[in-house]
Amino acid sequence: MARFTDHAGRPVVAVTGIGIVTSLGMGKAENWQALTSGQSGIHRITRFPTDHLATTICGTVDFLKSSNDGASALTYELAERAAREAVEEADLDGDFGGPLFLASPPVELGWSDRFDLYARAEGPTGWKKLLEQAAKENSPRIFDSTQFGTIADHLADRFGTRGLPVTLSTACASGATAIQLGVEAIRRGECDRALAVGADGSATAEALIRFSLLSALSTQNELPEKASKPFSKDRDGFVLAEGSAAFVLESLEHATARGATVLGIIRGCGERADDFHRTRSKPDGSPAIAAVRAALDDAGLGVDGIDYVNAHGTSTPENDKMEHLSLATVFGERMRTIPISSNKSMIGHTLSAAGAIEAAFSLMTMREGVIPPTINYDNPDPAIELDVVPNVSRTADVSTVLSNSFGFGGQNACLVMAREPV
Amino acid sequence: MIRHDVVITGIGIVSSLGEGCDAHWNALTAPDPRPVLDTERYAPYPVHPLPEIDWTLQIPKRGDQRQMETWQRLGTYTAGLALQDAGVKDDEALVSSMDMTVAAGGGERDVPVDIDVLEASLTRKDRDLLLNEKLTTELRPTLFLAQLSNLLAGNISIVHKVTGSSRTFMGEEGAGVSALEHAAARIRAGQSTHALVGAAFNAEHSDMLLGYELAGYLHRGPHRTVWARDGQPGGGIVAGSGAAFLVLEAHDHARAAGRRVYAKLGPVESGRALRLGEGLQDAIAAMIAGFGLDKKTLAISGASGAHAATAAERTALDEPGNLVARGMSTMTGHLKEAQLPFAVALAALAVHRGAAYPPFDAEAEKPWSGGAPDRILTTAIGYHRFEGAALVEKA
Repeated sequence: MARFTDHAGRPVVAVTGIGIVTSLGMGKAENWQALTSGQSGIHRITRFPTDHLATTICGTVDFLKSSNDGASALTYELAERAAREAVEEADLDGDFGGPLFLASPPVELGWSDRFDLYARAEGPTGWKKLLEQAAKENSPRIFDSTQFGTIADHLADRFGTRGLPVTLSTACASGATAIQLGVEAIRRGECDRALAVGADGSATAEALIRFSLLSALSTQNELPEKASKPFSKDRDGFVLAEGSAAFVLESLEHATARGATVLGIIRGCGERADDFHRTRSKPDGSPAIAAVRAALDDAGLGVDGIDYVNAHGTSTPENDKMEHLSLATVFGERMRTIPISSNKSMIGHTLSAAGAIEAAFSLMTMREGVIPPTINYDNPDPAIELDVVPNVSRTADVSTVLSNSFGFGGQNACLVMAREPV
Repeated sequence: MIRHDVVITGIGIVSSLGEGCDAHWNALTAPDPRPVLDTERYAPYPVHPLPEIDWTLQIPKRGDQRQMETWQRLGTYTAGLALQDAGVKDDEALVSSMDMTVAAGGGERDVPVDIDVLEASLTRKDRDLLLNEKLTTELRPTLFLAQLSNLLAGNISIVHKVTGSSRTFMGEEGAGVSALEHAAARIRAGQSTHALVGAAFNAEHSDMLLGYELAGYLHRGPHRTVWARDGQPGGGIVAGSGAAFLVLEAHDHARAAGRRVYAKLGPVESGRALRLGEGLQDAIAAMIAGFGLDKKTLAISGASGAHAATAAERTALDEPGNLVARGMSTMTGHLKEAQLPFAVALAALAVHRGAAYPPFDAEAEKPWSGGAPDRILTTAIGYHRFEGAALVEKA
C-alpha cells in the first residue's frame, strides 16, 4: 500500500481531477488527441484587426461564448470550463469545500467599455469626464470587470470553494504557483483538498502590442502553425495564446479513503526569484538552476530521478538558451538523453495559464505513456543539444516529470510530478 | 507538527502622514491628529497625497527608478524601509533566502495616451483600427512592465535582492489579507523562516480612482471621518497613497539573530461573506468572536468608508462592548491592498511603544483608558468583497 506521507513526513498530494481548454479544443480528450498528433492551435488573428501590427498570429480560444467579450469575461469562462471538467472527473458533488487558488492575468477596464463610457459622457475633454460617466452609469458589469478579485469570487460561488479565494500572479509562472499554493495548503493540514486553476483569456490588441514592444513575440506570420519553434535555430519569439487548466488536488489519504482515482502525484515544488533584470535572466542561470534543484529536493529526488522534462520552451531566443543552460547544469551529461518537449510549439504561450496547462499535459504524459512532441523542429539550434522529441510524439514509460515555468519579473517555478505514489 | 510563533521585526510605512514609524507615531498621537489632504487636483474627490520622498534613499539607481511608475516605486521604497528597519538590508544571505508575498493591483496607465485615443474615437467609427494605430506608436515599451502586478515584487527582487521566493496576490483588500495570512501560515508551519509581506497603492492616478468610481464608491466634497460619510455626497471612500511592508519571522529565527521584536502576529482570519441582508455584519461579528477577546481591546479598523461595509463593521465592532475602534482610513485614506498590512503595522507599533492612539474622530471613537495595549485587533473589510482581520499581540 502507498504511504500517505512523503520523505519529509508531509501529506502526499494527489491529483484526482483535471480540466483543460486551449486553442486545440475543449477538454482533456480533445486536447490530448490534438497534442499527441502534433497539431498546432496557432492561427491568424480574427478577434481584432491586425493593421499596423507586427504580429498577426495567435493561439486565442475563439470558440467560447465570451471569446469576444473582453479579458475578464473570457478568463472567467475558461476557468469555469476547466474547473467544471476537473471537479466532474474527481467525482465530487455539491460544494467543493476546499480553498481556491486562481492564476489569472491582471485586469483593467477594457477598451470597448472605455470607448463607450467616453462616447456617452458630456463635458470637457479628459479623465474627469470618464470618472463622472462611470459614477453616473454605475454598471455592475463594468465595475466587476476591473476588480482583481471578481473572477475568483464568481468561481467560489460557482463551485462552493471554502474561504477567501486567492488570485495570484507570478507572470508566466502563475499556473505552477497556483498548484504550489494548493500543495502547500494541503501539506500544512489546512485542508484535505484544494482547487488550483490557471486561466488566461487576455489576448487583446493592446496585450499583443505591449509584448511586441518588448520584442517578445514571433513575427513569422506567413505560416501561423509553424511560428512557434522552441529550440530551433530560427526561433524568434513566443506566440501569444489563451487557455486554462484546473486541478483537484487532494491528500492521498483523503483521495484513497473516498475511493477516488488518482491521476498522479505532485511530488515537489521549487521556486527562486531572479534579481538580475525585469525581462532577462541572470546570465549564469543560477535562479532557474536553484528553482529546479529546489523542486527536486522538495520531491526527495536526485538528478537521476526525472524521466522527462516538460519545458517552459517559449521559442524566444533568450528563454530556450537559458533553459538549456540551467538544465544542462543541473542534470549534466544526462540532459542530452532525457526527453524534453515544449507544448508551446503547438498551443503557444498561454501566459498565466501556461504552468497549469503544462502540468496537466505532464500528468497525462505519464498516465498515457506518450510524450507529446516539440513540433516545427526542422532547423535545430546547434547550441542546444537536447532530445526535444522532434515533430512526432513518442511512446515511453514515464514515471516522473519536471515541468518548468519562468516569467517576467524574475519568476521561476518548477514542479515535479509522479505517476504513482511511492 | 511543530508550530512556530510569528513575530514582526521590521516595519516600513509611507502615507500622506509621512515616512517611517516615528513620523506616523508622532502624527497619529498628536493631541488633535489631522489628515493630510489634497482637495484640488482630483476634485470633487479628495485624496491623501504622498509626502515628498527622496526615492534615491531606497532605490539608488536612477535606471531602476525610471523602470517603475509611482505604485511600484512606492512599494519598492517602502519594502526597503522595512528591511532597513529590521536591520537586515545589507545581510545578503538573509534577504536572498527571504520569502516574499506582495499584494498588488496594477494598471497605472499612461493617461495622456489614453485620452488622446478616446478623443480621437469621438470622430471615428473604426475604434479597433484607431487603437492599433495609436498604441503601436504611442505606448512606451517599459510602461507595460510598470503596470504588471507581479513587477512590484520583481522590482523588490532587483533593488533589494529578496529572492527566496516571490508571490503576488491580487484582489483589492482581500489580497492584502491573504498575503499576510499566507506568509504567516507558512512560517507557523515551518515552510518558511522569514518573509517580506506588504503592498502599495497610488491614489493619485485617475485610473485608480476610476476603479472605485465605476461603482460610485468615492466620497465627494469636504473630508469627513471614515465613520461619518454615510449620507454625504458620493460613496464614502477617500483614497490615499501609501504602502506598508512587514518583515515577519519565526520567533526562534528572530531570537537567534538577536533582532528587536515589535510584536507577535497572532491569528489572521479571512472570509468571503455573502453580503445580503446582514450577512457581512454577522460574518465580521463571528470573525471577531473567534478571537475570544474578553478584555477591553483596541481595534485598528481598516474600514474603507464605503457606506454599507463600514456600517456593517461599525455595528460588529460596537456590539461586543469591549472594543475601542480607531478608523485608520480617516487619517491615511483608503490604501486598498495595503489596508491590512498597514493596520497591522500601526498595531505592532502601538504594542511596542506601550500606548494607544487617541481618537481620530472625537464623536465616534471612545478614548482609550486601558494602559499599554497587549493585544490589538486589526480589520480590513473590503469595500466591495472579501474581508479579513488579524490580532497583534505583545511578544
